[in-house]
This record gives sequence, C-alpha cells and structure tokens, in this order.
Amino acid sequence: MIGRVRVRVVVNGVRHEREVEPRLLLSDFIRHELGLTGTHVGCEHGVCGACTVQLDGEPIRSCLMFAAQADGAAIATVEGLAPAPGELAPLQAAFREAHGLQCGYCTPGILMTLDAFLKAHPHPDEADIRAALSGNLCRCTGYQHIVAAVLLATRRNA
Amino acid sequence: MKPAPFDYVVAESVEHALAAKRRYGDEARFLAGGQSLVPAMNFRLAQPAVLIDLNRIPGLGDVRRENDVLAIGALARHRTLEHDPNVARHAPALAEAATYVAHPQIRNRGTLGGNLAQADPASELPAAAVALDASLHVRSAGSERQIAARDFFTGVFATALEPDEMLVRIDVPALPPRTGTAFMEIARRRGDYAIVGIAAVVTVDDARRCVRVRAVLCGAGNSPVCLAAPERVLAGHRGSEAGFAEAAALAGREIDPPANVHATADYRRHLAGVLVRRALALAVSRAEGGDPGGWRGRPAGRITT
Repeated sequence: MIGRVRVRVVVNGVRHEREVEPRLLLSDFIRHELGLTGTHVGCEHGVCGACTVQLDGEPIRSCLMFAAQADGAAIATVEGLAPAPGELAPLQAAFREAHGLQCGYCTPGILMTLDAFLKAHPHPDEADIRAALSGNLCRCTGYQHIVAAVLLATRRNA
Repeated sequence: MKPAPFDYVVAESVEHALAAKRRYGDEARFLAGGQSLVPAMNFRLAQPAVLIDLNRIPGLGDVRRENDVLAIGALARHRTLEHDPNVARHAPALAEAATYVAHPQIRNRGTLGGNLAQADPASELPAAAVALDASLHVRSAGSERQIAARDFFTGVFATALEPDEMLVRIDVPALPPRTGTAFMEIARRRGDYAIVGIAAVVTVDDARRCVRVRAVLCGAGNSPVCLAAPERVLAGHRGSEAGFAEAAALAGREIDPPANVHATADYRRHLAGVLVRRALALAVSRAEGGDPGGWRGRPAGRITT
C-alpha cells in the first residue's frame, strides 16, 4: 500500500523523477509535472487521440494510463521530434507545406502516431495511412491534407 | 475528468496479486491494459479503492505452444495477438479479430485477459474465444480451475469469475486438420465496437464435407451467441452458396439482439444473416485451401495498424 509513488522516466532523452499521487494520469504528469504542454488533452477517455505519446516506442493514449505505470519507461512526446530548436522533423515540415493542420489541437497526437507508424511502414499507401490514423480525430481538415502531408513525407524519404 | 483517489499495489507475481485481491475484496480492481477501466475511472463510473497493477508480473503476457495447446498469457496485448506468428498459425480467428479492436494506440495497451474479463457483449475477442473452444485458466489465492469460454460469459459485462479470482491464461486447442477460420464485423467506423460481428470455424473431411461448424456472434445478445443452425445445415455436406444462405436465413431466428442508438434489432438480425453467409463461405474456402487463417500470400509484416 502506497500513498505517493515514485516515477522515474526518460522523456525525450531527459531523465525525470517525481513523487506523485497514484491517480495522476500520464497525460497530466507530462503536462503539469514536466511542463511539456505539447501533449494535448482532448476527451480524456481514449476516443480522440490528442494525448498520444510513445511509450518505449509504441504510440499509446497517455490519458488511459497512470503516471505510476510508466515508472522506468522511455517516453517520446512531440517536443522530441524536431532535431534542434528552430528546425522541424521531415514529417513536421511536410505537415507545414501540405497544410496538414488548421487549429493544431490534434496535431501532436497525430505526429506521434505517424512517427511510430512510418518507422514500421516507411512506404504506406493512402489506405494504410488512413487506417493508421483511425484513432486520431481531427475536426478541421477532413484528413485530406493530413494524408497528403504523409504521402509527401514518404515520397521524400523514398 | 480525473479519477477518484485510490491506493496502488504493484503486483510482483500472480500470487501477490491474488493475495491483495483476497485482502481488499470488492474494493479492489485488477488493472491490466486499462483501456476500459481507466476511462470508467476518469468518468468516475468506477471508483475502486485499490488498484492492483498486473502489468509488471513477469511472463503474464507470454504466448507459448504447449503440446496441442496454444497458451496465451492473460496480459498478452492485442498487438501481440495481431503480430505473433504462433497466434496467427494456431489461433488465427483471434489474430484476425484483434485487428478489429479499437485503434493502434489502444491495441498497444489492451490485453486479451482484460478484454475477456470485461465481457462487453459487442466485443470481438469473446466471440473468437468461444468459436475456438478456448479454455480459460482461472486462479484465486486458494484454488485454480478451467472454465470453457462458452460458459465464461454470463451476461452484459458479467462473467463466471468469482470476486477473488483472476483470469491468468487462455488455452486455445490446436485446430484439427482441414480447418478454416474467419472473423468479420460490421461497424459504423473503423475501430468502433461491432454492431454485429462473427467468428466462424469450420472443419471439413477429405471429401470436403463439413464435419464441424462453429459460428459465434458478438453484438447480437447479452454475451457471445453460438448459433446452432450453421452446423445443423452444413454438417455432412460440402459448403455451397445454397447451404450458406440457408444457415444465414435461420440465424436471424436464433437471436434476440438489442436495439439501441446504433442499430435496431431488425437491422442487427439482418446483419447477422449477411455475416453468417460471408463468414461461413470464407472459413470453408480457407479450410479447403489448407490456409486456416487466410494468411498465405500476405506480405511479411503486413499492415494491420
């Protein structure tokens, strides 16, 4: 039985250690304890995908996991995608060029989903991309420009 | 919303988890993948006083071939069901059903044991487990037992598990030779729970006559519904469009499907017939082709995001 739990994680290559309540969601840990507010919180019940981060390389919903469960894990958030301040990762650059975002609320979750997807499937077709995006809601773009951005990124990668 | 406070126990072994459950009783819940429990906690529909986290128990998610059984640890993730070659080969209906469960991010966390113990009537994996004649290995602090999958699901979100019991392993018996399986469903959007889904398992003899026919629906009742008509119609005969159509016509009479905002009962009855016809045809063609799960010819590392 534990009142507060210790969480030791490596986020985007940086070590962090905190004592937190067991009920603290991983999404709130990332935003409020670590100050990494690029991870967005939409529905908080696993439907919208805005809070998607990578846990040991795999995209997951950070609102459906407690921070305590991530003890010992490596987490990647959208802040870790770009190679350096002022630069964009190739996928981010493609989103910018192809107008793959409008309000941008869903974008961090979509990028973290697609970053993992493209590592496993570097040459997807449009149907594969749409299937990969099934768990991320976007209410602005109608997905057309998002799919176009991913195709642009994969063409450059070819 | 945020979950209510709870005490957190990290189980180091199955024994540790079971002792904690015995100690805290109904106040405690096991935390497996958390993809149903945590949203319920975020809404405060569930407010367990104690969470017993199973995720750090070594080996609880292992998949092993033991004699004529594929033993799948309760903590095996949906992602493992999708991609593990042993599951694809020996429990192909589970592998195929897993591709229909929610979205990639959910499948990276959700577990087979958690899904079965949740017993959502629209969920895919319970139907596949029943169709494959799976046997569920259940333990408590003082005992262990096997429950046949067909006896495990007792109602909407209800199972045969006692409060101090935990599902630890799912045993899937080897498929007989010349067996084909198929899972398919109709849903409004990719990743939604099925309006109606079906798991079919058909074994044919060396003259291609159907010997054993299982067709199990999800979304068509309070728990998975194992239809009687398909075996009655097809046993002793070769699979034919006429036979599949007859089984499909009879299927709607066997079920009493729910009506809700997603679909009327009549529409579900209609879908059940359509799915019976399609799934039986596919399972028979896979049985006859010697390709139980229909994986032959698929590229390695196939995309099932």
